Amino acid sequence: MRGDEITLKDCFPDGLYAPTDIFGIANCKIPANALADVCQKLHFDLGFNYLADITAIDCQDRIEVVYQLTNLSSNEKIALRVDLDHETPVIDSVVSIWKGADLQEREVYDLMGVVFSGHPNLTRILLPSDWEGYPLRKDYVIPD
Amino acid sequence: MSSQIKTDLIEINMGPQHPSTHGVLRLDVTLDGEVVVDCKPDVGYLHRGVEKLAEMRSWVQFIPITDRLDYLASMLNNAAYVGAVEKLGQIEVPERAEYIRVIMMELQRVASHLVFFGTMALDLGATTPFLYAFREREDVLDLFEMVCGGRLTYNYFRPGGVSRDLPAGFYEKCKAYIKKQREKLSEYDDLFTNNQIFIARTRDVGVISAADAINYSLSGPSLRGSGVAYDVRAADPYSIYDRFDWQVVTREIGDSLSRFLVRVDEIKQSLSIVEQALEAVPEGELKCRTLPRMKLPEGQIYYHIESARGDLGVYIVSDGGEKPYRLKWRAPSFINLGALNSMVKGWKVADVVAILGSLDVVLGEVDR
Repeated sequence: MRGDEITLKDCFPDGLYAPTDIFGIANCKIPANALADVCQKLHFDLGFNYLADITAIDCQDRIEVVYQLTNLSSNEKIALRVDLDHETPVIDSVVSIWKGADLQEREVYDLMGVVFSGHPNLTRILLPSDWEGYPLRKDYVIPD
Repeated sequence: MSSQIKTDLIEINMGPQHPSTHGVLRLDVTLDGEVVVDCKPDVGYLHRGVEKLAEMRSWVQFIPITDRLDYLASMLNNAAYVGAVEKLGQIEVPERAEYIRVIMMELQRVASHLVFFGTMALDLGATTPFLYAFREREDVLDLFEMVCGGRLTYNYFRPGGVSRDLPAGFYEKCKAYIKKQREKLSEYDDLFTNNQIFIARTRDVGVISAADAINYSLSGPSLRGSGVAYDVRAADPYSIYDRFDWQVVTREIGDSLSRFLVRVDEIKQSLSIVEQALEAVPEGELKCRTLPRMKLPEGQIYYHIESARGDLGVYIVSDGGEKPYRLKWRAPSFINLGALNSMVKGWKVADVVAILGSLDVVLGEVDR
């Protein structure tokens, strides 16, 4: 039944679906506590089965995490953006939804210091385990 | 006496210096007898902090650094980065430059797949195909050398074009190469692809289903080997790929042999694209006024292309200045490596080599 079809809007909590178009990709800002739920719906109800990329940007007053999702059947794309506290950035892990998030979340943790709660093995990946600091932060001081 | 034999699991290291790991990759493999129960890739040996380096260099100065990521496909790295800069800066590319770029990108894909073909054979104990593949790859490197002087790191793409025009004699030499490569491909098939030992080592080994491959965010030939027809050149056409007649190659089974055959067939498709592009290169200006201190407007962009290893993404944040505010490199090798554990579980140690080989990772790109 057409009337029962789930739309993008239904995947977001009330009134939160306000996409901005950035070079053809709908970017949606959502609060951190809504991420797990939105991802669950986008994946299981709307077929956003492919997690292309996770990255984080240090905006100096906050840390922004960006997820690039693709629906491989319809080739539709969407990006989710979440603002986190600059000092203690914590967000739910999406590894239980997309296994491809595993290494990507570890990389973001390693280089930007974002903690993904619920990640099965959140350890440093590119840097040695005893490294101090998060190099992609803007206030990181490069050691001699 | 108990009839049960007590066995312990043992943990072994493969790498970081091991010929089958294609660079400095360490695999922490847990074995039950000869059977793999767990395999943890340990990466980062080549980490150079490329994303941080980008923040300290001008837009143009970062191009030679991209050469050093996936060093078997530097042209494609150039293309991904420069493509993102052009889209964000709304920089026009002349027609002639677009065609030259496609020729370079597809020749690069062929060269990269030839290395894959040779090293995969070498991993499985066949030395000769490696020499054959490298012999032909040499011709591609000669073509690149003619065009830009480099054989491995090219620094050839510029925002708004390429650094130099095609030199005299390029068409003839490139056409001769395509003809020769096509003949050699059937020779490869006789020598290696149809070899019973090779087939026994790879058929049904390390199978990953389409659903799992997607869930693990696999991309490139490794994803298409599981029957998913996702190729950025077709799904999200960039440059001028929509003008050529070519097909997305897939195989259904998702085993190591499928991933191998996808790449062999992609060589044929790429040769055909190069041939079509050579016929159609328009005359015209190749003007490329790249300012060393160019500025890009404030904004962000996620841009991706199909590299030899998969979906190569570049995320750029610009604050309107002369340098990137933030640059993220979505390296297909890195993400493809994430699926390795699930693919090797239950297989023997010797199969780990075949399965890892079939993923075709390049550590320069994994570690960045």
